[in-house]
Formats: sequence, structure tokens, C-alpha cells
Amino acid sequence: MIKNISNLGDAAVYCDFGHEVNETINGNVINYFNYLSKLVAEQKIEGINNLTPSYNKLIVSFDLTITSYKKIKNTIENIEIKKDIKRNNKKIEIPICCDDEYGLDFERLSKKLNLSKMEILKIFFDKEYFCYMTGFVAGMPFLGDLEKRIRCDRLESPRVKVPEGSVGLTEQFSNIYTLESPGGWNIIGSTPKKIFLKSNLKDPALIKAGDRVKFFQISKKEHMNWNE
Amino acid sequence: MNDTYFEILREGVNTTIQDSGRNHLYHIGITVSGASDQRNFRLANKVVNNDLNEAVIEFAYQGPLLELKNGRINFAITGEIFFNIIKKNSEIEEGKCYQNYILEEGEKIDIISTKKTTYGYLSVEGGFKLDKIWKSYSINTKANIGPNNGKKYSLNEKIFIKKSNIDNSKKKKIEYKNSFDNIVRVIKGTNYDYFSKTAKDIFFNEEYVVTRLVDRMGMRLDGPYLENIVNTNIKSEGLIKGVIQVPAAGKPIILLSDHGTIGGYPKIAIVISADLDKVAQLTPGTKIKFKEVNLEEAVKLFNNYTEQTNKYLDELN
Repeated sequence: MIKNISNLGDAAVYCDFGHEVNETINGNVINYFNYLSKLVAEQKIEGINNLTPSYNKLIVSFDLTITSYKKIKNTIENIEIKKDIKRNNKKIEIPICCDDEYGLDFERLSKKLNLSKMEILKIFFDKEYFCYMTGFVAGMPFLGDLEKRIRCDRLESPRVKVPEGSVGLTEQFSNIYTLESPGGWNIIGSTPKKIFLKSNLKDPALIKAGDRVKFFQISKKEHMNWNE
Repeated sequence: MNDTYFEILREGVNTTIQDSGRNHLYHIGITVSGASDQRNFRLANKVVNNDLNEAVIEFAYQGPLLELKNGRINFAITGEIFFNIIKKNSEIEEGKCYQNYILEEGEKIDIISTKKTTYGYLSVEGGFKLDKIWKSYSINTKANIGPNNGKKYSLNEKIFIKKSNIDNSKKKKIEYKNSFDNIVRVIKGTNYDYFSKTAKDIFFNEEYVVTRLVDRMGMRLDGPYLENIVNTNIKSEGLIKGVIQVPAAGKPIILLSDHGTIGGYPKIAIVISADLDKVAQLTPGTKIKFKEVNLEEAVKLFNNYTEQTNKYLDELN
């Protein structure tokens, strides 16, 4: 399942699962991630600091004073993933308000996609999305795949500040800005729901790799009065 | 007995709490953080008899001016730092790094500046009265994680100290010289072959200069353009401290302790672990050159570096 294992610098292992982005390849990445996470949690492996799954790669960073590239690589090569692995994935419903106040890029999207705002939203809300990975900043989910008709490039010049809660589109993906941060995705709305909650120490990220997300539209009033 | 604390009379440029960092959270987008210069952080703890992973104050360029309230503490500063101890009668004692001092109630530590480096560390015996978040004291100001609501310290805030009264501590001191050599050793990155033959030659032979766009997240370099012949974007994937990315503009960026956990720019190289402390200390305007080493050499260099650190730590026993 892993196409190639190499070193990323002197303190990380780079596992390459392929070039394409699809649920099958990402599922393989997540199976390895879960397997290794369990080894780490049960203290059956020493020296791993972090495991970072992404669309089609898994990076295992380690403490060079404790272990080595060779040892970690050897462990990974000997992992046998069972085909019928059970994955505990959640289905999460996320409210979005798409009023122009929050949906900052409908003008651009309409022009580029040749679709009205109504049409874009109809296509967007019709589908359930798969979370490929979480990261860049705390708790940010990368969801896909968008219907081909609503795929659009990133903004030519990224915003310095994208408001917290903004929902963005780029190419086949959708994301949610969990913190105010710079960013170049096309913003279609805002969720009042906390996607990253640091007070929830056990599980601060609401949406993680493998989860499924269904968005639903709410009014501005509902957005303002949202109560979890 | 009242609480012992530092009152911040001047905040400094970027005053935070750091330790060895926060692990096992990359997969939900929480980066490692931690002291930018791990050796100086550990040495700071050792000088005051602390556990090596105790929380310390990290400051950058100009540090804070701190007044001690209620108590008597044992503290030390590491790095290349110009600082004074201001006595109650306003008498000024010039401070020396890598040795401990007793500070009495009402006395002040004035951390004036770093010398040709970026970061310095202030440790107190017993550590600071703070809560760990996800097993670490490190403040991540981008995600607002860690003590002080994840924010850098500002004027008039207080930093509480655990041990309120120190008996006369044993004087400890080492002679330590920070390295100022400007060769940054790297291992070729996973996208090395995205770059043209010319770009590869340039990367390893020409000088790059540290720009003003440097913070705890990363360091942007300026220098000759690096031509990408494959793709200036990759499918976003995991990152680690030390990765050197080259976006479409063709100028390298070195990722530091508060880097984003995933990113989509090609990786031309990765700084070896032995050189991470040195790189974090580079200041804007400094010219650097990259030198390639292989994995075996990198591990050997790291082991030498660790041994050297341990030697200094032993000297402080």
C-alpha cells in the first residue's frame, strides 16, 4: 500500500501512498496512522513524536536521541493492515450562513463558474463531504470532493485575514477556518459552530480525517444566536 | 505569604513561555512550538538546578524589564544577552549569561538586547506557576494555546513563580560560546528534483540572506531565484521544523517551531537537527550558505551536538 518510504531530513519518515487524491488512498494513509497511533498510545514503540496524515502521505517524526530512521522504517514496513479494518468515523452536521456578509466571494465564483449564487449553493449543499485531513492550523478540516461544476482556483492574492468560522472552496476541496488566519480560499459562508474547541482537552478538533460532513444552510439570525 | 511574581514593566518584542514543545498533535493541526533554541533552553534550566524541561521565559531581540514582587529567587539567563540587574537603590549590576543570580524583592532584571542573535532564555529555580496544556507549557501565539491564554506577555502582566524563598544557592557558571558560523547543513528534500540543475547549483553555492520576515513560524530568505521545473505546488502534506520550502516566487522559507502542520510548497531541503538551534538564532541581514550532508553524516553531527550539550550540562553539576 505504501509506494515508497524515504527520510524527510534526519528525524522524520516520509511514507508515500501515491499521487492521486481519493478516498481509497487516503483510507490507506489513515489505516497506517491509526495503527501507529495505537502503538504509540500503548507504548509499544519508542521515540515517535508526531504522526501527520495528509491526502496521500504519512509523515512520522521522531526523537533522534531515542530512535532512528532505520528502526521506524523497519516498523512501518512490517505493519500488516487487515482489509476489514473497522473505522470509527463520525458524521457531522455543520450549519453555514451564506449571506453576502459572510459569503465573501460569490461574485468571483459566479463569474469564474458561470453559475448563480443559488446554483452554486444548491450544488454545494447537496453533497456529503469526506475529511481527508486536519491541519495547517489547529483543527482545520480539508474536505472533498466538490462537484466538478463548482471547482475554482484560489484567490490570486490571498486575504491577510480570513474571519474565524469562514467556509472556503478551492479546487476539489472545502475547508473551515478554525482561527482567524491568512488564506486564499473562496469564501462562501460562515459557521457559528466551534470547529476547534481548545477547552475540550480530550478531543479539541471536531472534524478529523475519515469523518463525513454534511453542511446545511441557516439564516443570519440563526447564525448570530447559535447556541451549542 | 503573598505570591511571588515578576511584574512586567516593559514587555519586550516577543516574550513567551516555552519548554521542549508539544508533541502528538500534528494530526489535528497543533504544531510543536517549544524553545527556538533547545540547547540554550536546557542550559538555562540546568544553571538553576531545574528539571531540564521546566518552563522558561523566551524573549527575542529586546527582552522584558521585570520586577520581582514578594520573595527571593535564583535565576539565570542564557543566550548572547546584554542585561542588567537593578538593585533597590538603583545601583546597576551588569549581568553575565550562563551563571545564576539571587534576586531580592523589589529588584529588577532589565533584558536590554540579544547580541547578534534572536532568542534568549530566563529560568528561575523551581520554575513558574503555570498550567500545562497538552503536556506542555509552550505558548503558541498563532493558535492561542498555552499559558497566558496563548498570548505573548504584555505590560503590567504578572508571571508567577513557584518557589517564593530561596536560600543561598550554590554559584554555578560555565563559559559558553554560541556558534556564529553561517553554514547551514541540510539533507536534500523530497521535492529536490522539482528544481532545475541551475537552481540546485545556486542553492548550494550562492549566499542567501535572512530577511525581516522572520518569526517563530518561519524565516523567509532572499537571494537568487530557484527555478522549479515540475510544479510550484504539491498536494498538501505534513511538515516538520527545519523544512525548507520554495513557493512559486523562488525564494526559500525555513520552517521554525510554530510552523503550520501541513503545506503545499515543494521541499527543496531540510535543515539537519544539529543545526536547528543555530538557524533559529539567525538575525535579519545575516548571510548564510547551505551545505549538503547525507543522513548518516547528519545523525553523526547530531550525536556530536548532543554530546557537546551534555558536556556543558555536566559542567553545571
